[in-house]
Amino acid sequence: MSTATSTQHGTGHAHPAHEHHHEHHEPGFWQKYIFSTDHKMIGIQYGLTSLLFLFFGFMLMMCMRFQLAYPGKPIPVVGGLLEALLGEAAKGGVISADLYNSFGAMHGTIMVFLAIVPLAFGAFGNYVTPLQIGAPDMAFPRLNMASYHVFFWGGVLMLASFFVPGGAAKSGWTSYSPLATVAEFSRPFNGQTMWLIGMVLLITSSLLGAVNFITTIIQLRARGMTWMRLPFFVWAQFVTGFLLLLAFPPLEAAGILQLVDNLFHTSFFLPTGLVVSGQQLPVSGGGSPLLWQHLFWFLGHPEVYVLILPAMGVVSEIIANNTRKPLWGYKSMVYAAMSIGFLSFIVWAHHMYLTGMGTKVATFFQTTTMMISIPSVIILTALFISLWGGSIRFNTSMLFAVSFLPMFGIGGLTGLPLGFNASDIYLHDSYYVIGHFHYVVAPGTIFALFAGIYFWYPKMTGRYMNEVLGKIHFWGSLVGMNLVFAPMFIQGLRGMSRRMSDGGATYFGADDIALKLNTSITHAAALLAVAQIPFIINVFASIRSGRKVEGDNPWNATTLDWATPTPPPHGNFASEPVVYRGPYEYSAPNAQGGYISQDQKP
Amino acid sequence: MEIPYTYKPRPDTGLYNAKVGIWLFLASEIMLFGALFSSYILLRVTSPEGEWPLVERAWPHGLLNIPIGTFNTAVLITSSVTVVLAWAALKMNQFGKFRAYMLVTLACAFGFLGIKSYEYNEKFTHYELRLKDGQVHTGHIEVNGKHAGFWDFGSIYNLDRLGKEQVKEIAFTADPAKPKPGEKHAEGAAHEHKKMTVQVSDIQKLDAFILRNHTFFAIYFVVTALHGLHVLGGALVLGYFAFPGASMWRKNPEQFTNRIEVAGLFWHFVDLVWIFLFPVVYLL
Repeated sequence: MSTATSTQHGTGHAHPAHEHHHEHHEPGFWQKYIFSTDHKMIGIQYGLTSLLFLFFGFMLMMCMRFQLAYPGKPIPVVGGLLEALLGEAAKGGVISADLYNSFGAMHGTIMVFLAIVPLAFGAFGNYVTPLQIGAPDMAFPRLNMASYHVFFWGGVLMLASFFVPGGAAKSGWTSYSPLATVAEFSRPFNGQTMWLIGMVLLITSSLLGAVNFITTIIQLRARGMTWMRLPFFVWAQFVTGFLLLLAFPPLEAAGILQLVDNLFHTSFFLPTGLVVSGQQLPVSGGGSPLLWQHLFWFLGHPEVYVLILPAMGVVSEIIANNTRKPLWGYKSMVYAAMSIGFLSFIVWAHHMYLTGMGTKVATFFQTTTMMISIPSVIILTALFISLWGGSIRFNTSMLFAVSFLPMFGIGGLTGLPLGFNASDIYLHDSYYVIGHFHYVVAPGTIFALFAGIYFWYPKMTGRYMNEVLGKIHFWGSLVGMNLVFAPMFIQGLRGMSRRMSDGGATYFGADDIALKLNTSITHAAALLAVAQIPFIINVFASIRSGRKVEGDNPWNATTLDWATPTPPPHGNFASEPVVYRGPYEYSAPNAQGGYISQDQKP
Repeated sequence: MEIPYTYKPRPDTGLYNAKVGIWLFLASEIMLFGALFSSYILLRVTSPEGEWPLVERAWPHGLLNIPIGTFNTAVLITSSVTVVLAWAALKMNQFGKFRAYMLVTLACAFGFLGIKSYEYNEKFTHYELRLKDGQVHTGHIEVNGKHAGFWDFGSIYNLDRLGKEQVKEIAFTADPAKPKPGEKHAEGAAHEHKKMTVQVSDIQKLDAFILRNHTFFAIYFVVTALHGLHVLGGALVLGYFAFPGASMWRKNPEQFTNRIEVAGLFWHFVDLVWIFLFPVVYLL
């Protein structure tokens, strides 16, 4: 338990070395960077790993986009590499239909489980939450380390699955049975099997993380940090923790059952008398494909809020800070977040209107789905009103945070027709759905996460990120994102199905607008890719050459994360912080600088 | 700053960190087993009416050994009692008593697993036989004069394997017929283990009571195996605290006692899962 290693290095202890040499030596490379138990290092580990996966998932998408715009043409630049790595599936640098399916399934899986969730929850949650509640670390530092390592190996397994015979999982990120089981039936150990084992590891990692986060927030709040004094970011992480804790285990159960289906040829999800390629499948039957869908979406829908709540948390912090005003309706936002958490458990079957549940069940899920849009709108409205009358500082992080609001708004509103079963039956599995959830997650959540990176970077490194590069990044991304996703609504309304490897060429006439949009979307995606280059340069170059921060609190923020030394040392706070007031005391009259920190004595 | 409340309770919540952590973890475990129980219910209610094995995919009843299952339940409940007594012994500062109770707990844990594997083996060597003329039997088989021990065969026979090994006929010992509800055993006759020789060419289906045979076996084996893994994991943790980890008792008795409490909570949960599992798969 004596891990107070580098707590006070630099403060010049004059103790004889022999007295406590076991305490004060600098940890070696492995201990400091790989097997660290410090929540900040683990947060950075999560951050870098998930950004790499974000990049990789994006590259998979670029290959798919090229194939959609120019079906059957070899992929420029990486085509040769793909053929060298994957052989037959990418013959001549052309993506085969099977490979397209693999890329599609893995793009979804990687973006959701290996990029966004670990970035939003693992990275920001780990780095910021203990700082904001005034804690020295997470409640269980070693569990925290284990959580990252399990996550990492889950990711490695997912990547390795591209190289097993038959290729990576190719039944969509939802892995619906029976397709997921019969796709490679004669080969029990296939990409899908690796996917399932990888998922079990990722779920385990999330569970360990969730236990740790909730315990930390309940137990390690600083003196005076009452529940209604918590920054909204912490509330968002708290609710997210409960979603992960309670929604993920059913998917773990489902994963285990499908794994057994694949390895031992049981029939949990295989119906009686299933015929594949003219042959009756040699299994007992008696299972239920619907069971998989229920178990999957029982996670799948709360997962949407796992993606969006931390993003709302980040955006709230940044908006309050840059409008220099208290958040409007903090308490209603907290209660709205809790309502979202609760309601998200009873809306899952709105993903299944087409699988035949009967109208009564569908009505129930329609009602709950409409209900859950209320708390989301409350949060969004509160954030919009928070902007009212503020003298807003438009730095890069604020630009991203502000543009989150309309982007998430579009994503949310286009979801309403999908929540009604009458309109969903037409739109289901079309590009409309793709456009809808990407608006929520890409220009929504990812913008919020970018905002968070620009915002907390000075705390992590002691230097600002470059504003010029940041603004190029922002405007390029904003234009790119909208040109990519808005046309998908049109494609979807014209009936374009979401999983066709030729982009619908066999379905539409050659001069259909939906087909032509494929090409323009791909060009927009290329623009989006180019817009990320300044960001990548910015992240790495600013570590050494960014402008240095003037003090520990460069944004003049009120929350405790800015009351630490920069970067925060092991143990975070020089002395135990005590909280005297709410989280957003901006525009305070008579206060020096117009704001009062949470730990400032009254 | 050091992490607070690692073993002292936080005044406003009244709990130390690990206790909050274990309760949260158990909540997630409830969702895990809850999903499996729900799957069990769904598979069972969608199975066709009728009596297995006469109706092929009907839900089987009474296949599991109830006396052994009852005994195993008692074993697990005993271990739940002794784990509390072990914790109480630490509270009363009696380390020797703690270790004795821990030993009983561990013995129960491994006893449970031993009995469970005996039950598993019973199922691996028990066969369902369907003949092309419509006859259906359950019973035990002999291939090439060898009795149907799972470990003797090395694996389980089915029609494919009989074909590959070019077996022409097998000996089959059928189970005695089950008495119909309300009907008394005809003296002697019902208890008869009918022996017969079966031509492989007459067989439509031959498979042991294993996962691939029927969704009942599939869910039974998956849930009990997952529960068994929890028993094993819990036993390893308790074993660690009883022996190598017990050195903490001298350095920080309060934290050590807390660890036993937390491990004990997990152990009770494992016990509780079985208390639901036993009636659901054995009795109902």
